[in-house]
Amino acid sequence: MSQTEVSGGVHRRSFLIAAGAGSAAFAAAQFAPGIALADKALTEQAIKKVIGDRKLIEGRVSIDGPEIAENGNTVPVGFEVESKMSGGDMVKAVHVFAEGNPRPEVANFWFSADSGAARGAFRMRMAKTQNLIAVAEMADGKVYMGKRLVKVTIGGCGG
Amino acid sequence: MSRPRVRVPRKIKKGDTVTIKTLIAHKMETGVRRNKKTGKLIPRKIINSFEAKIDGKTVFKAALHPAVSSNPYISFAISPKKSGKIDFVWTEDGGKTFTKSAKFTVA
Repeated sequence: MSQTEVSGGVHRRSFLIAAGAGSAAFAAAQFAPGIALADKALTEQAIKKVIGDRKLIEGRVSIDGPEIAENGNTVPVGFEVESKMSGGDMVKAVHVFAEGNPRPEVANFWFSADSGAARGAFRMRMAKTQNLIAVAEMADGKVYMGKRLVKVTIGGCGG
Repeated sequence: MSRPRVRVPRKIKKGDTVTIKTLIAHKMETGVRRNKKTGKLIPRKIINSFEAKIDGKTVFKAALHPAVSSNPYISFAISPKKSGKIDFVWTEDGGKTFTKSAKFTVA
């Protein structure tokens, strides 16, 4: 019985490695095969590292990306925080995380009184279908969060 | 490599918020890729930070991680109160910097 379990484990591992190699084959294979991808827990840890023990409130910050990204190498992403960007209603920073990449950190942005609006856009790499999370730090210390699921087509088969 | 390009509106109406677009040619080597022949890891080399300053004062700043695509494109908003000069600085792993600047008038 135990022997079956062991061989089962081996099968599972080789399957995972094969799956990893397959997904890495897309485009220029930005992520090497066999590297563990970040998961929810790792992402939560990364968020905690930035905002500490403050509570995440859902809302006010939106993160935008394509519903389906055919090329995981350059996925256009935009974000915006509802804020007047004046007086006490200021956004200090926005941090972007990805739940399914080798590392959850994507980018951090800081704003100023001359920003006018807490919005921005950039392009990112996505290893697989996953959630993107934007965390907005306000000047008053409150922290808001927005989420977006982006489906990534592997191998560019358009399906 | 690394020729930075920026798009800054020349004239900005007072009170308006405008979008600035920036682009720099860079490989953004993640540090997890392997050389196909030798099997060795290719060391990480990315643009790790970006900063925009208006007349010497930081208006927008970004920290980038390997998840940002090659040839990083960054856009953001500014709402300057008076005419001035905006300077952009990209910093690569190892400390090398790339700069670009543009002037604008506010009326």
